[in-house]
Amino acid sequence: MSKQQIEELATREYKYGFHSDIDTEIAPKGLSEDIVRLISEKKQEPEWMLEWRLKAFRHWQTMTEPTWPNVKYPPIDYQEAYYYAAPKQQKALESLDELDPKIKETFDKLGIPLLEQKRLAGVAVDAVIDSVSVTTTFKEQLAEKGIIFCSFSEALQEHPDLIKKYIGSVVPHTDNYFAALNSAVFSDGSFCYIPKGVRCPMDLSTYFRINTPNTGQFERTLIIAEEGSYVSYLEGCTAPRFADNQLHAAVVEIIAHESAEVKYSTVQNWYPGDENGVGGIYNFVTKRGICHRSAKISWTQVETGSAITWKYPSVILKGDNSVGEFYSVAVTNNYQQADTGTKMIHLGKNTKSTIVSKGISAGKSHNSYRGLVKVAKSADKARNFSQCDSLLIGDRCGAHTFPYLEIHNKGAKIEHEATTSKVGEDQLFYCAQRGIEMEDAIALIVNGYCKEVLEELPVEFALEAQQLLKISLEGSVG
Amino acid sequence: MKTKQHFISIFDEMANEDALKDIRKQAIDTFSQLEFPTRRHEEWKYTNINPIIQKSYTVEENCSVSQETIDGYILGETPGNILVFVNGIFNEELSHIENSEEIIVSNVKGALQKHGEKVTQFVENTTDKEQIFSVLNTALLQDGVFIQVPKNKVVEKPIFVVNVSDSEQQFIHNAKNIIDVGENSQVNIVETYRHGKDSAYFNNITTDVFVAANAHVQHVRLQMESKKAYQITTLNIRQQKDSTYTSVSVDLGGAIVRNNINVDLQDSNIESNLYGLYLGKDEQLIDNHTFIDHAKPHCNSNELYKGILDDKARGVFNGKVLVRQDAQKTNAFQSNQNILLSDNAGVDTKPQLEIFADDVKCSHGATVGELDEGAMFYLRARGIGEKEAHSLLRQAFVGEVLEFVKQDSLREKLEEIVMSHF
Repeated sequence: MSKQQIEELATREYKYGFHSDIDTEIAPKGLSEDIVRLISEKKQEPEWMLEWRLKAFRHWQTMTEPTWPNVKYPPIDYQEAYYYAAPKQQKALESLDELDPKIKETFDKLGIPLLEQKRLAGVAVDAVIDSVSVTTTFKEQLAEKGIIFCSFSEALQEHPDLIKKYIGSVVPHTDNYFAALNSAVFSDGSFCYIPKGVRCPMDLSTYFRINTPNTGQFERTLIIAEEGSYVSYLEGCTAPRFADNQLHAAVVEIIAHESAEVKYSTVQNWYPGDENGVGGIYNFVTKRGICHRSAKISWTQVETGSAITWKYPSVILKGDNSVGEFYSVAVTNNYQQADTGTKMIHLGKNTKSTIVSKGISAGKSHNSYRGLVKVAKSADKARNFSQCDSLLIGDRCGAHTFPYLEIHNKGAKIEHEATTSKVGEDQLFYCAQRGIEMEDAIALIVNGYCKEVLEELPVEFALEAQQLLKISLEGSVG
Repeated sequence: MKTKQHFISIFDEMANEDALKDIRKQAIDTFSQLEFPTRRHEEWKYTNINPIIQKSYTVEENCSVSQETIDGYILGETPGNILVFVNGIFNEELSHIENSEEIIVSNVKGALQKHGEKVTQFVENTTDKEQIFSVLNTALLQDGVFIQVPKNKVVEKPIFVVNVSDSEQQFIHNAKNIIDVGENSQVNIVETYRHGKDSAYFNNITTDVFVAANAHVQHVRLQMESKKAYQITTLNIRQQKDSTYTSVSVDLGGAIVRNNINVDLQDSNIESNLYGLYLGKDEQLIDNHTFIDHAKPHCNSNELYKGILDDKARGVFNGKVLVRQDAQKTNAFQSNQNILLSDNAGVDTKPQLEIFADDVKCSHGATVGELDEGAMFYLRARGIGEKEAHSLLRQAFVGEVLEFVKQDSLREKLEEIVMSHF
């Protein structure tokens, strides 16, 4: 690859960087018990919720930030950030017309066809600007089936029992540093409940967006799929550009009861910082699901954004015959750093897991796969297949794999494979011979390389993901 | 702190009045500043060394073993040179050293007397001041092997190093082996570790192999320590241009065995092969940690580690391959395969790649499972009994590692020992 081309790739600007002026209500800077109380009070939360937050906050104070990930960043001053910001307009909306035009504009720039989605795509959107849900669509249609899909704070008002029962059951407030922080100060998020035997008729989708400078965003998502139900959940992110690093520490918990199936797809394209590695989002996320008997949880992610990504969507295969899947494409460019992977914890008998991870590093970025496959003594006939491939574009980047396999059952069958390579000269030659331009050839080859993952995405998402990959690869001719 | 003090007191009791006096003193000072790794340390996550470091050890003085025993420990055809160490002490009578003007085959103590400065230099240079077991080794150094092959010399017959541990005592033994192979030379070294009585001794061994340009080294290691014994080995290999190094390592004994293998590929067009076989039974823990550092272009490395674990045994494999920015056109392949025969056995494996160059082919793989059911069925369908079929499959499994031993007689002998171990 020529120097110039690498430079072109490295100088690609973040296409979704803009900042819309929406009046926000901001809590004072810093983090203390008072702030936790303030957040809880603002959201009119029940007493037990506040107690839970405080417990998490006290525990967080005793913890130290983890240093084991293969990423480097200056120490975060947790007292310098704002922990609560809500759009001023708080009144619940009946229709989209009531929406603040500025917010609508933001969505339009992002290319979220909120209006069209309603009619054409059949996707219910719970759009989160900063921390408070502004609009929720399709609620009535879902309600007919008994499906609850709303913001976390709304769920806390209307379905406190469900939240009380499940919050922290998969990711306890003591789990890790960032999960504890989230548990203390989470501002909002999404809540989803699928009743017994219901197949959710549409993909549920939430667009998160960070909008106020210096606001850490702490969403919390809770998905409960009752016996025999099915849901496909979509999460997509873009964020405007700011010079200050923004911390994002989200928690996602999924509970899949007997024979339930949850499919969770993410396209993450947050601001990765500029070509000198200034700014960008710190994305420290804890995602975990628990599978009961014969249940299935499938994580699919396309990660192209964030300055630093630290995220390991995991599945605890507790019930017999349960299935966990993880499909991931992670692209890093410039000074981006990603340390991502999955954990598959096999506890039940005949449990199965599949891991397919595709890492692409370009520029001066570092891309690490870190995964754990654990087969406990009780997990007879557990089966795992892992494949993690890395592709390097340019010679200033790094690709790393850290798979951990802890196998303690003789009936387990575990296979792990990993390869590292670059875009083949012969492949490029083949395309060039057939009159395909270099740029298109690269896109073609990389799309082929990621195909196994992309085809796991719902159609609309797959298109967006392909688009993102193409943007990421502009000018990266090998 | 208390555990470290014990090792320092061993140092104080030893007679340290030889040419290595200053180096030892430095090493024990460094040792007192370092800490023993715990399971919180990433490199020791799966191996708890507390049982090793919390015991009290003595330094064994003397013991004798019969010539017949030693003969029985020689693998394959009669070799040229044999170096015998009993409880870490060089036994001149049982050894057989062919006098040669060119090649130095000696114990470290003997070499110190004859070659003084040169050996001291080696000892100093091979002490890794950041690794606690390396400095401990230098501080408490008793003896070891010193082999130096000059330029353009093909050593036809393998050099045998026989280590026998036979004592009622819980002794500690620190051996330092130095193998320096000159340009265009070839050598084949066979190390064996055998035991007499089943005592809980501790062998802390470091081996440093220097492979000069276009030199070719085959290094076979057979470890059959007592089931109560502990062994920690550190093997450092430094390779120059166009050289080949092949290690075949078989671990059968030991309560806790930890092998650290570090390969430093300092120039281009080097081939480096690490092959390992480990069979664990009872409560054995066998841990192989390899690290291959690709610094220059056009080098190949191959790693294949296979293990069979029964009873409550545990196998650990951590293979790290680092490909630096300049190391274009690197081929690095790594594989770890395990068979579990019992529900209480376990494997923790971590094949790890760190890559900074784009034009490379690297892969790693790890598998864990039972003996292949399909293959088993195939054999049973042809009238082969269950036991025999099992044995055949195991033989095939271990054979994939042992086949890398070039000499037929040596390989056959190893195979025989491994198969009779089941």
